[in-house]
Amino acid sequence: MPKDFLGRIVYILQNNGASYLTGARNTMVIAVVSTLIGCIIGFAVGIIQTIPVRKNDNIIKRIVLRIVRFILSAYVEIFRGTPMMAQAMFIYFGSAAVFGINMSMWFAAFFIVSINTGAYMAETVRGGILSIDPGQTEGAKAIGMTHVQTMLYVILPQALRNVMPQIGNNLIINIKDTCVLSTIGIVELFYATRSIAGALYTYFESFSIAMVIYFVLTFACSRLLRYWEDKMDGSDSYDLATTDTLAHTSGLYNYPDKKEEEE
Amino acid sequence: MNGEQVIRINHLSKTFGKNVVLRDIDFSVSTGDVTCIIGASGSGKSTLLRCLNLLETPTTGEILYHGENIADVNTNAAAYRAKVGMVFQTFNLFNNMTVLENCMVGQTKVLKKKKEEAKESALAFLKKVGMAPYINAKPRQLSGGQKQRVAIARALAMEPELLLFDEPTSALDPQMVGEVLDVMKELAQDGLTMIIVTHEMAFARDVSTHVVYMADGIIEEEGDPQQIFSNPQNPKTKEFLSRFMKG
Repeated sequence: MPKDFLGRIVYILQNNGASYLTGARNTMVIAVVSTLIGCIIGFAVGIIQTIPVRKNDNIIKRIVLRIVRFILSAYVEIFRGTPMMAQAMFIYFGSAAVFGINMSMWFAAFFIVSINTGAYMAETVRGGILSIDPGQTEGAKAIGMTHVQTMLYVILPQALRNVMPQIGNNLIINIKDTCVLSTIGIVELFYATRSIAGALYTYFESFSIAMVIYFVLTFACSRLLRYWEDKMDGSDSYDLATTDTLAHTSGLYNYPDKKEEEE
Repeated sequence: MNGEQVIRINHLSKTFGKNVVLRDIDFSVSTGDVTCIIGASGSGKSTLLRCLNLLETPTTGEILYHGENIADVNTNAAAYRAKVGMVFQTFNLFNNMTVLENCMVGQTKVLKKKKEEAKESALAFLKKVGMAPYINAKPRQLSGGQKQRVAIARALAMEPELLLFDEPTSALDPQMVGEVLDVMKELAQDGLTMIIVTHEMAFARDVSTHVVYMADGIIEEEGDPQQIFSNPQNPKTKEFLSRFMKG
């Protein structure tokens, strides 16, 4: 084992590079897939929470909606309000011990991170939908769109654009927070690093490498999402056509004088 | 004028909490009518128009559309609105779509037209409002007057039987008011049935076939534009129009 810092880093990379790669790969797979599933959950919950209820809607629809909304609020509050690490232990070990459910480690990992992301995204999406100008809804209604069509073609595309920064946030949080899954035995980046550090007794060097890898991953994701956002906005330039014959390019509008009948 | 009755309102009232906005409104519109509703801000004009499109639910009274009461709970509001268009003061173009898509989406999704067919008619209506060169622009790239013309084209593309205008020029500078009014004047000449809430008195006088003056939630006076503008009977109408008449 070399004596200097850089030498040790090179040594660790040469001997344990593959472990780091596996760890980083697992971290990314869990983070990306769970963020995607979490977004889908979040959109579903957010959409249900914003279904308008009119006074004259039929009673069954209103009761069902109220019950569903209560359950969804409970879900959001419980998962937002408890630590993911505790949830991981509770769900993975708890379900096996109490209910005899033997879920695979990977299923548990995806499940826990997705459902957490979903809880946060639900509120984000609800905010995104509420932030769209009510005029957009009225415009859509005025051409005869139903609530579903209005959401699908007008509101959600705009809401999605508005919550993109928050989706990016969640992805980055997930990349870092997968490290809590080491408690249930998933070999992600943190687990891998700890094993290497423990084996070689090089905590400082091993975790230096891990930090760099985490940072590269999150930074790359953040730039990638920003690029995607810019693409969603489309080009700012457009051709100003000069053939707009109706625009009065100079002077004010003259009301054509109808005979001088008013004195 | 004197066509078939499209809309008839009977004893329509609307209250927001304790606030009575419309009291016992009666009026009707027939095919080919261009009805202008004038009156001070807060007199209930816009609320009346929004009730007509079921964006507000009337508290009491009925709205008969070809004899069928659409203020009823069981009305399919979406199907009704597909036949009665609306143009808003704030344009309300869909920000996530281009000008062309704005004019097509209603046709393809609500009227279930084929894409080519929808595009063709969207282009025709955009040409009519002078916005054909801008089909690929997004709403945020347009001026207010242009947005409003696109909004009119979007409403026309649904080929509505009746088109409602809620202060279509109130958010525009005087220059843009002209381009929008020109379009509306042309529509009136084409015989489109329209109800227009407006503060443009000259437009109401010259273009409409029927003028309704509202104050404090009731219709104070209505009649043909000649009569309302040159010889108003109601003292309130006289007062309201006095500034315009002098000008």
